[in-house]
Amino acid sequence: MDTKSATLHQDNTSASPALEVRGLVKSYGAHLALKGIDLVLPWGQALAMFGPNGSGKTTLIKVLATLARPTEGQVRIAGLDQRRHAALARRLIGVVGHNTFLYDDLTARENLRFYARMFGVTKPDERIAGLGEALGLALHLDRRVRTLSHGLQKRVGIARALLHDPSLLLLDEPETGLDPEAAALLESLLRRHLERGGSLVFTTHSVERGLAIASRVAVLREGRIAYTEERASLDVQAFQELYQRFTRVGP
Amino acid sequence: MATLEAAKETRGAAVLGMGMVRTALLGVTAVMVAVTLYLGLLWAPPDAIMGDVQRIFYFHVPIAWVGFLAFGIVFVASIAYLVKGTDGWDHLAYSAAEIGVLFATLILVTGSIWGKPVWGVWWQWTPQLTTSLILWFIYLAYLLLRIYGPAGGQGARYAAVLGIIGFIDVPIVYFSSILWREWLHPGKVVGPAGGSVEPSMMVVLMVSLVTSTVLFSYLLLERYTLRKATATVERMWQLHG
Amino acid sequence: MSAFWRPMLAVLWKDLMLEARSREVVAPMLLFALLVVVVFTFAVDPRPALVAAVAPGALWVSFTFAGILGLTRTFALEKEKGGMEGLMLTPVGRDVLYTGKLLGSFLFMLLAEAVMLPVFAALFNFPLLVPGFWVLLVLATLGFAAVGVIFSAMAVNTRAREIMLPVLFFPIAVPVIIAAVQATGSVVRGEGWSEYSRWIALTSVFDVVFLAVAATTFGFVLEE
Repeated sequence: MDTKSATLHQDNTSASPALEVRGLVKSYGAHLALKGIDLVLPWGQALAMFGPNGSGKTTLIKVLATLARPTEGQVRIAGLDQRRHAALARRLIGVVGHNTFLYDDLTARENLRFYARMFGVTKPDERIAGLGEALGLALHLDRRVRTLSHGLQKRVGIARALLHDPSLLLLDEPETGLDPEAAALLESLLRRHLERGGSLVFTTHSVERGLAIASRVAVLREGRIAYTEERASLDVQAFQELYQRFTRVGP
Repeated sequence: MATLEAAKETRGAAVLGMGMVRTALLGVTAVMVAVTLYLGLLWAPPDAIMGDVQRIFYFHVPIAWVGFLAFGIVFVASIAYLVKGTDGWDHLAYSAAEIGVLFATLILVTGSIWGKPVWGVWWQWTPQLTTSLILWFIYLAYLLLRIYGPAGGQGARYAAVLGIIGFIDVPIVYFSSILWREWLHPGKVVGPAGGSVEPSMMVVLMVSLVTSTVLFSYLLLERYTLRKATATVERMWQLHG
Repeated sequence: MSAFWRPMLAVLWKDLMLEARSREVVAPMLLFALLVVVVFTFAVDPRPALVAAVAPGALWVSFTFAGILGLTRTFALEKEKGGMEGLMLTPVGRDVLYTGKLLGSFLFMLLAEAVMLPVFAALFNFPLLVPGFWVLLVLATLGFAAVGVIFSAMAVNTRAREIMLPVLFFPIAVPVIIAAVQATGSVVRGEGWSEYSRWIALTSVFDVVFLAVAATTFGFVLEE
């Protein structure tokens, strides 16, 4: 199992893309949150998901992260069916969500150690120290999460997502709650992740931030991908206008 | 587009076919219920000891059978739903549970009505009645879970897990209530079914068992069809409405 | 093997650590159990002659209600900052998560019961030094936790969650409650091992069956 995931991780030029989504539908009873999503994301690329509130961005991230079951359709991560090889897929994914997934009454270090054990991270203490350094947390690692500011909690949450060196990062509005310094740190971390051949999907409301690192953009609207384009061939001016039109409330 | 039209046509034909099956089944059920009522209430001889009171036996036993059959179907459909994940199994489990709760209520009511003249009280903690009561609570909780649980697949999976745990619990509850009764009252509690049974009575009971099974099948088919149709309409509405 | 034990113990350690720091589960459980016993004493006639008849019921009513309270708290705590989702994201078998959460709840309930028993012995003149009773206590508590943990994980996502947990839990736990009360009655009356060994057998069957069923189905409960 471990050797397989290791080869998958390094062999980014393999035939399977980082992420492949086919005919994804997710319903919550009478409410259809996703109405048929198709996506392919190659290794080394970043997909920026835009869309108004309620368009299905968070649901999409949840389904990709194995937190929600698809009602129909298929998700493949590095060619692995996400449902049949759930444990392997989860090893490859790192998630930054609205929640930090941290326990208030444990220190940041204890939280990270706990997740490191769950992910079977080798040499967890070095890993935690390294990430603490990279995210400017070194001085705060031994404080209880409850006593940390929101921004610092968010940083610990990002460290938690990166602990097991995931190949595919899923980030749901990662910039919310971060101060400009932390946002810049995150951006550089994400760039390094891309340079190393990793991939990422992130949702955002900020067109400027989204376009800064995206290789491809997509706009979600009412559970469907309403628009998608390569970043390179994108007319930024036109996209700004288009996005505003999509997110405008009312007719 | 052509395939979509074709799919609609075959589905339409299937719905029409199902409609005819349902109507036929309704007719058969109505006739069988009438026959059973006649046999049980008029044709069968009165019981030597209990008199006409014993006639409730022809209804209590088949009702109990249907109750257990319904929860057995919930169990099987729940496992199938968790394994396959197709909505049809979920609709079947939900429909069977609803009918099961109805019949479990009738088990308790007919049991009490029967018990009153025989025991002199409405309620005795016999293993059968105790188990039926707990069963009733379990599947009422099942229906509550359906109502208060999360919408969509997660709620259906919750219900399926309870459908499995609940049914496995039934024999354990039954066994524990037997042990419990032995403990409190040495010697068996003599139930109404204790007397000897005439052959004609057995015939009526058999007919009644078949009738109740047919009645149950009809109710289940109706409920299942309705639930499936509702889901289809909802889906169309979500996608195109 | 270590793929099961390491993460399972990590979950358990995390829950014990959280409880040691926040004291949000065991202390309220204890207080509640004590309250139930006191209310129970007011509700029935506490004459010495009736103690043997009343004591087993009082004991197990207080333990089950306190247990329910503890079970509600366990997953309510996970829910607050998305801890449950954090656990779900880990590449660990769902049966491992179940077992870890189960052991935590089980230990918290046992701890509360262990503190309650001397109080109980004083109030009801209850004989404590009966090993058979301890066996039963452990098995019954494990049975409660086995079904309680999975129902608690469900109830936390339902509307009216405070109602849903007892409504789900009590009917299923009936065999264990019957067994526990009857066996405790035997202990109070000073009867021998042979009188309550069958209740221990019944509770063991319940535990084995539902530990297996709950561990297998836990994964279906977690995902949205």
